[in-house]
Amino acid sequence: MPVAGIDVGSVAAKAVILDELTNNVLAHALVPTGWNPRQAGEDALDRACAQAGVDRPALTRVTGTGYGRIALPFADKTVTEITCHALGAVHLFPGTGVVLDIGGQDSKAIAVDADGSVQDFVMNDKCAAGTGRFLQVLSGILGMDVQALDEAAGRGRPADISSMCAVFAETEIVGLLAQGVSPEDVAAGVFRSLARRMVSLSRRIACRGEYTFTGGLATLPAFVRCLSSELGTTVNVANDPQNTGALGAALIAARLC
Amino acid sequence: MSYPSVERFKDITDRNVLALQEAKQAGVKVVGQYCIYSPLEIALAAGAVPVSLCGTKNDSIPPAESILPRSLCPLIKSSFGFALEDSCPYLAASDIVIADTTCDGKKKMFELLAERKSMFMLQLPQIQNEPALAYWKGQYERLVRELELRFDVVIGVKELRSAIRKANRFRRALKSVLDLAKRKPSPLSGMELMEIAHRASFVPDWDKATELLEDIAREVDASGESPFTASAPRILLTGVPVGLGSHKVVKLLEDCGASVVCLDNCSCYKKVRLMIDENADPLDALASRYLDTPCSVMSPNPNRYVVLENLASEFRADAVVDLTWQGCQTYDVESWSVKRFVREKLHLPFLQIVTDYSPADTEQLKVRVEAFLEMLR
Repeated sequence: MPVAGIDVGSVAAKAVILDELTNNVLAHALVPTGWNPRQAGEDALDRACAQAGVDRPALTRVTGTGYGRIALPFADKTVTEITCHALGAVHLFPGTGVVLDIGGQDSKAIAVDADGSVQDFVMNDKCAAGTGRFLQVLSGILGMDVQALDEAAGRGRPADISSMCAVFAETEIVGLLAQGVSPEDVAAGVFRSLARRMVSLSRRIACRGEYTFTGGLATLPAFVRCLSSELGTTVNVANDPQNTGALGAALIAARLC
Repeated sequence: MSYPSVERFKDITDRNVLALQEAKQAGVKVVGQYCIYSPLEIALAAGAVPVSLCGTKNDSIPPAESILPRSLCPLIKSSFGFALEDSCPYLAASDIVIADTTCDGKKKMFELLAERKSMFMLQLPQIQNEPALAYWKGQYERLVRELELRFDVVIGVKELRSAIRKANRFRRALKSVLDLAKRKPSPLSGMELMEIAHRASFVPDWDKATELLEDIAREVDASGESPFTASAPRILLTGVPVGLGSHKVVKLLEDCGASVVCLDNCSCYKKVRLMIDENADPLDALASRYLDTPCSVMSPNPNRYVVLENLASEFRADAVVDLTWQGCQTYDVESWSVKRFVREKLHLPFLQIVTDYSPADTEQLKVRVEAFLEMLR
């Protein structure tokens, strides 16, 4: 029987449909959240259902997560994204000891056990620096989408970005561009600053085992390279890293049977 | 859960301001105090009423920010805002305010407050050893002389002993209420514990307050009921003070299904942790008991860990949450050592929450709190 997990984040809503006995992923979908988290959750779920060839009423259970979880009246249960990312990451990479997630409005480092249970976590959600929002600012200034930004950063040599605040970093970036620093070097500098913030966040928890990197930024190869170089070790990245939270939610839905 | 004794206590403490005004009209002097390093007993021995002063509401912060830096901790800003707006009736009623040089932010704020209000500063040492204790006793001697002169009274051994006995009775009564939460499940919520401790610090009639608290302890103890199930995670909340108006994290924890069983902070359990020796030299006994308070301004602050270990075991805590007000450097830095101690020595899960009085980050905090509670299950 199929079950579903839905993760409504600030940027995208993700749905994963799972076979509750085998834990095999039957389908997954991602839609932009926009201004209506409930609708986005519905849309993601409908799309995933269509892809899997499953009728929504046939879903045994639905678990919701992400900041929009409270907006999902059709979810049987809601669980925080911390718990879901941990479960999803350990399911994909059983050697995971630390999950790093950079989302649209927060970032987190989670220490996990072999069974995917959370041992400790730290979050940054008070400040846009160190979150996906920081890249959106950069993307606005340079007039590049996030993929183009990643390509540019891959070519650049990191310029020094010292501002700890996304708003002031914008001023600093404009200043660097005015001095003639290339967009590639600026992009590489922003990536490094983001990666360093993530590394110092993760140092606040006891780190052991493998690192698994989840969330939208994990789709950017240059950023993943930058993060693992700052960490001094390789990081696991799934094929669809944004879906990790929804996968964890679906695993919880499957466990409840 | 509603207990007649708790309702009666709330009803009477709702009229704290009125009772204070009446006492004042009858000629009683009022001594306002901010911090628990300020001894209650010296004011009591002077025949005055010591009262807490306001500093737990968000509303008074915007006016304070016209003078104080925004990055300062909300407790200091809130306290100062009340003074600027003259909106704290206890401050308005105070004939003198006793304050301590606890943290840097507070002592600089008190310099500004002294322009508006008659103040007496106690110079608090930041270490707990013999020379510091001798110095601290000297500060209390200064305070005795100041109140003797100001109120034209004599504060001798007899008056101090009697004040110590009165304050101890009050402490024991409040402690017997707070200790009810040692039962599993706790008969009182953390919100109720917080509110009772908060209200008790503004009661002008100490004997009355003691009686009311003793009634609560008796009635609740006999009832055997609880708002929680036995499986509700029991949280030991440590860190900065919390009162009505700055209670959002206590409420959030309990809204998410936890039971806050002990508030290890200076607005609650730190007040009742130790009684004062009724037979020793009064000023010696007072100075040593008050200096023992484990505030993060102390360096080092060994008692913090001793107390945490004892409270975690006595209250059978499942986890420790450390609350830090934004801008409170000493508690923020100390949180790292507290985390290490709680996880490695007490083997309990630990969460630090850094926030201020405003409701702006409620949803974000909720993710943290829910995830933490999911971790405990």
